[in-house]
Amino acid sequence: MGLTPVELIAFYILAAIVTVSAVAVIAAKNPVHSVLWLITAFFTSAGLLVLIGAEFLAMLLVVVYVGAVAVLFLFVVMMLDVDFVELKQGTLGYWPFAALVGVAFAAEIALVTFARATTGDEINANPGAATNAEAIGQVMYTEYLLLFQLSGIILLVAMIGAIVLTLRHKPHVKRQNIAKQTARTRKDAIRRIDVESGKGL
Amino acid sequence: MSAFIQEHGLLFGWLTVIGQILLFTVVLLLSLAFLLLMDRKVWAAVMMRKGPNVVGPFGLLQSFADFGKFLLKEIIIPAGANKTVFLLAPILSLTLAFAAWAVIPVAPGWVVADLNVGILYLFAVSSLGVYGIIMGGWASNSKYPFLGSLRSAAQMVSYEVSIGFIIITVILLVGSMNLSDIANNQSGGFWTWHVFSFNNIILFPVMVVVFVMFFISALAETNRPPFDLPEAESELVAGYQVEYSSTPYLLFMIGEYLNIVLMCSMMTLLFLGGWHGPIPFGEEFVSNFPVWMVNLGHLAWFMAKTVFCFFLFALVKAVVPRYRYDQLMRLGWKIFLPTSLAAVFIVAGYVVYTGVQA
Repeated sequence: MGLTPVELIAFYILAAIVTVSAVAVIAAKNPVHSVLWLITAFFTSAGLLVLIGAEFLAMLLVVVYVGAVAVLFLFVVMMLDVDFVELKQGTLGYWPFAALVGVAFAAEIALVTFARATTGDEINANPGAATNAEAIGQVMYTEYLLLFQLSGIILLVAMIGAIVLTLRHKPHVKRQNIAKQTARTRKDAIRRIDVESGKGL
Repeated sequence: MSAFIQEHGLLFGWLTVIGQILLFTVVLLLSLAFLLLMDRKVWAAVMMRKGPNVVGPFGLLQSFADFGKFLLKEIIIPAGANKTVFLLAPILSLTLAFAAWAVIPVAPGWVVADLNVGILYLFAVSSLGVYGIIMGGWASNSKYPFLGSLRSAAQMVSYEVSIGFIIITVILLVGSMNLSDIANNQSGGFWTWHVFSFNNIILFPVMVVVFVMFFISALAETNRPPFDLPEAESELVAGYQVEYSSTPYLLFMIGEYLNIVLMCSMMTLLFLGGWHGPIPFGEEFVSNFPVWMVNLGHLAWFMAKTVFCFFLFALVKAVVPRYRYDQLMRLGWKIFLPTSLAAVFIVAGYVVYTGVQA
């Protein structure tokens, strides 16, 4: 693929930032800092996606992961009252698992790269369409329609499940019914009573 | 932009782009100074006060005096604060607020970056704005700011959902995510503006409702009254801004107002016809003038509409009392979300059935 020098410089800068912030996610002592580094990594990966011409995916990455998922992460981490220093004590003991996961990822990436290399054609972010969004839409709503709808239904079920798990009506809690409140008129709220003097109600 | 750079060589192209950005920033900041004053003046007028009227004629220089004061005061960082994050938060807020403006076209072709996914970029950047507030509230290491930032984050995430759906209705009508295309889709006079959409008369009731919902969601998204719970002074003192002073506070405030004006310009572009005048006339007459002169006229329309939207923002601040938090959440999730979802359904059905899209 023909990359211009400016693109190459941009790629190396962005890739370096992604790598450094990914390492910092693990290395940071403060968990909130870890999440902030994670956000940096997400955001910079969006930059890498823009660089290969997949601007729609890049924006989705920012909207979904940085704008929503990472906010929830940050929420949870801020609210948790866990002694993270203690939690982190034995982390180094897990290195064989970490190495295994790393090797697996590297092998997968190598596999995909070699498999692509045998076909000989370049990886193109916008195949057969003017924009990235159109290209994705054309396959998503034709070839992969069933899978797309299926994943939508799975998400819906998960959402309803979460609501069902957390929804409970306590019997003695007063709830506000706004429709009832606004429907209330002067006629049903105020009565005029003639009170005879000295008698009271 | 990239075509321009290829045409004029790397160095000259980049210098021009940087010049454009600087010009845009300076003009934006200057207009902001006067919009801030306008906000206070409108607020004062509703309350039958005079508002700031001491610095300069009619108080016109008030914002500059405030600016000087903010710059010269001492920056106080609380002892228990997380220093880096504490100072990073306002910088992030301001940077993101400026970054969003890169894709706003103010006249035909007068835009820093004419992205094909312009509106998605705006949505992405404005969804990042919440980080400045969360980071500021957390780093202050104090209860009120933290509560304020939690409220604000929940509020912004909730109203982003309905804003997203509302944006989708407009994208469906236009068939493009480029902001210039969206503005040009409304070039045929005020009856083609997306608020009214008289040319697709069936959609008229839908689009009016959608516009009102966008306006209210924009108020909530920018933490403006009546949804300014993150900084509700009667409960939280000043919310996430409590511990901030001097320049960091100024950065927060400029970021906040930039976001408000951004929302106003988004309303202008998405619903009020962008830079197009309400009645198209004299196309041939105008074509005799040089392009920049015509564009200045377009710019004037764009600014007039944006300022009008800002006036509405200011008026709402003065007139409407603050919402309670559970009412705010109810409005966002139980009313706006279903209504905007229904609007997407109706508009999508209409577009598929009639094929109005270009």
